[in-house]
Amino acid sequence: MENNTLLATEATILFAGDSGDGIQLTGDQFTNTTALYGNDLSTFPNFPAEIRAPQGTLAGVSGFQIKFGSTEVFTPGDRCDMLVVMNAAALKANLKQLKPGGIIIANTEGFDAKNLRLARYAEGVNPLEDGSLETYKLFKIDVTRLTKATLEGSGLGTKEIDRTKNMFVLGFIYWIYNRSLDTTIRFIEQKFAKRPEIVEANIKTLKAGYNYGDTSETFMQRVEIRPAQIAPGRYRNINGNPATAMGLIAAAKKSGLNLFLGSYPITPASDILHELSKYKHFGVGTFQAEDEIAAICAAIGASFGGSLAVTTSSGPGIALKTEAIGLAIMLELPLVIVNVQRGGPSTGLPTKTEQADLLQAVYGRNGEAPLPVIAAKSPADCFFAAFEACRIAIEHRTPVFFLSDGYLANGAEPWRFPSAADLPEIKPNILNSAPAEGEKFLPYRRDEKLARPWAVPGVKGLEHRIGGLEKEHETGNISYDPENHEFMVKLRAERVEKVADYIGPQTLDQGPEKGKLLVLGWGSTYGAIKTAVKTALDEGYSVAHAHVRYIHPFPKNLESVLRNYDHVLIPEMNNGQLVRIIRDRFLIPAEGFSKIKGIPFTAEELLTKIKTLA
Amino acid sequence: METAEKTVTPFTSKELVTDQEVRWCPGCGDYSILKQVQTVVPELGLNREEIVFISGIGCSSRFPYYMETYGMHSIHGRATAIASGLKATRPELSVWIVTGDGDSLSIGGNHFIHLLRRNFDVNVLLFNNEIYGLTKGQYSPTSEKGKITKSTPMGSVDHPFNPLAVVMGADGTFVARAMDRDPIQLRTVLKRAHQHKGTSLVEIYQNCNVFNDGAFEVFTEKSTKADETLFAEHGQPLIFGAAKDKGLILDGFQPKVVSLSEVSANDLWIHDERDRTKANMLVRMFDDPSREGHFPRPFGIFYVEDRFTYEEAYQQQLKEARDRKGEGDLDALLSGNNTWVVE
Repeated sequence: MENNTLLATEATILFAGDSGDGIQLTGDQFTNTTALYGNDLSTFPNFPAEIRAPQGTLAGVSGFQIKFGSTEVFTPGDRCDMLVVMNAAALKANLKQLKPGGIIIANTEGFDAKNLRLARYAEGVNPLEDGSLETYKLFKIDVTRLTKATLEGSGLGTKEIDRTKNMFVLGFIYWIYNRSLDTTIRFIEQKFAKRPEIVEANIKTLKAGYNYGDTSETFMQRVEIRPAQIAPGRYRNINGNPATAMGLIAAAKKSGLNLFLGSYPITPASDILHELSKYKHFGVGTFQAEDEIAAICAAIGASFGGSLAVTTSSGPGIALKTEAIGLAIMLELPLVIVNVQRGGPSTGLPTKTEQADLLQAVYGRNGEAPLPVIAAKSPADCFFAAFEACRIAIEHRTPVFFLSDGYLANGAEPWRFPSAADLPEIKPNILNSAPAEGEKFLPYRRDEKLARPWAVPGVKGLEHRIGGLEKEHETGNISYDPENHEFMVKLRAERVEKVADYIGPQTLDQGPEKGKLLVLGWGSTYGAIKTAVKTALDEGYSVAHAHVRYIHPFPKNLESVLRNYDHVLIPEMNNGQLVRIIRDRFLIPAEGFSKIKGIPFTAEELLTKIKTLA
Repeated sequence: METAEKTVTPFTSKELVTDQEVRWCPGCGDYSILKQVQTVVPELGLNREEIVFISGIGCSSRFPYYMETYGMHSIHGRATAIASGLKATRPELSVWIVTGDGDSLSIGGNHFIHLLRRNFDVNVLLFNNEIYGLTKGQYSPTSEKGKITKSTPMGSVDHPFNPLAVVMGADGTFVARAMDRDPIQLRTVLKRAHQHKGTSLVEIYQNCNVFNDGAFEVFTEKSTKADETLFAEHGQPLIFGAAKDKGLILDGFQPKVVSLSEVSANDLWIHDERDRTKANMLVRMFDDPSREGHFPRPFGIFYVEDRFTYEEAYQQQLKEARDRKGEGDLDALLSGNNTWVVE
């Protein structure tokens, strides 16, 4: 690179524009290229609430934030170094996200009178012209005009030409960070394989954007961010929902079972359905049911038949499935229930993230109805957590809740993926023969895990009936006996607690084993807590970080870990849910720290809070 | 899927009886239906272990506990959905759904219509007693308007469902009606239901002698049955009456009751179970028996259609994907198309 290139350890870019501007695609492409280059990274797509809000309005703004670096990156960044805006609404909605003195790259055509009006700037005000942005480094580019000039004579219509303008911007950003265009060119060739003229136009515009950096005198400085020194190995880029889908498929492979998904489309879980429906050659069957209830019930039917059965949804859909989850608990059949949480209650904030379904997962059923609850902490971790949910479901014959959220679902990070051989085998132990002559088959007799046999239709001599009514111990016959009911309620609780014998101990993510403050997190707050605690440790504070994957049952040593610190702080994107469980369970004065804004914690917010306690 | 010819181990009706005490009220129509099912099932050429009975909630839904096969007594209205998942993944099983008018047409109405639309190859026994029995006597979606029950002391204001009209509307491919008190007809219909490839829907009029006694008396009592009911047989003219002296004709698009003394049997409406238009007329023959000049209530198999089943298409796609792409390779899936190495 030229001598005037600035060497930096990390950068955060926020791409923003109209939902029709191809912002998510631009972000994804930049992410893939950056990942392949070897930077560590984390991304946060921020979708508009409406599918197609009126063009140019604040409601229609789509955003994609990426933080990448030559050091480890755990969050998509609190605030950005560079804000790329395709129109006035995108600037207005996101300016507060830009660091003081940060760079703005603005598409001037998106700041015409109409766009300014739609973005609700006062009559006659244009932020690009009135000096209000003078504390930032503002770069105005007439992307629309430059794209048109690039594709002049291509024979494409105005609309088609206009659609390639995100490629111009992407090319320009690639120039700034000196990135290869190859990955994106390959992507364009695949995506538009059937329309060579569109392939040509997009590549031409992408290159024009790159060359614009070289030839125009607009930009002062390119930035170099060298590959990150992260654990050696082979990496790929991964989002949470596809990682969840892969974890489920891997568990099916490692257990020798067919995977069955019963699902009903809901934001932000639908992508798992889309993803799994692509993998029929793995024996993955997907059933788009008529409603959420049918989705889980079909999964229960498939589980009864010997499949690894899964249902995926989000909060409101999970609410509808509640009765069937209770049935699965009574039937003691394997089932994985995936909740990609979103803002609630009711329809709430479908496109925003939240962690407010934890109590629903742990307690939200009629009767005494315990089940294991597992939460993923990062996009890549969705793979391992989903795999683990399947293992527990299959080997312990129980429905298991797997909690993800909108932030994990759509966020991305580099993943040092495992090889199939590295993954543990899962043992379904489906019964394949009748008991010995003269012995009666007892469908509710238990093994050392307190799991009952998985006896699937088709095996002679194992014919039996199961159902939602209370079971008599061992025989599984209907029983209204008072002693038996109390016994069975306690047995069902005990067998879920038993899962703790088959999971690892709670470990510390970082920090001293004893000290002033332990930050206890769960789910997608991982990256922000990790970043904040790292900084606090660097600054000499007495603080440690533990992140719980197993929320029910807890690892057996969790209480002793918690008692090693003067204070326990539990940050959650809800009004205080894990903190209630921890207080209830261990009678310790853990302190909650809430953020309920539909967006993740920033590391800065957490750091400020940590400093008050550590 | 199994391709080898299967060996069948015969079993008797007695072997279908479980060790569970049957808990229906004495005199309940369910006893007769259980008896007919236990009589017919051993004659179907099935192995006992490949049979699954699935029910929801309600009096009828106790059924699986009395059948020595695989079975599930699930939750209210959802037997159809549970059976869908089982049948999609285990198409070789013989799946029977036992449900009632409340279970399938009220709380489970949605799954009911979607099961029919998808045409899973299952048999649905819909016990219709026009009342909620298990919850002790509230009106059901098939109770007649004005029905006085515990929850409707002034009479229900609901217009009732005609179950088979719902089934036709949802594109059911086997549509039949039978009654608990006519075991021979019931057994005939059950056998055909099993043979049909697709969702076989058998509505069975079932007397609840505790909460809705006599709801179907006019169709079941010897003194009135012959004049009030008509058993439709494929290829046969629609004749009814104690003296077999009445029949149905089609006058344009209008069915009419005629006397065989005036119209030759050759001119009567010949039942064709493949004719959807006429089947729609038959299921719509749903008159109040007290109305002057009313039609008899038809029984039998009204409509049969051959249509691909959901599980066939579902399994076919799984097979096709494997044929085209080969068995999925987990390592290839995990690595994806874009990877890089950190040294």
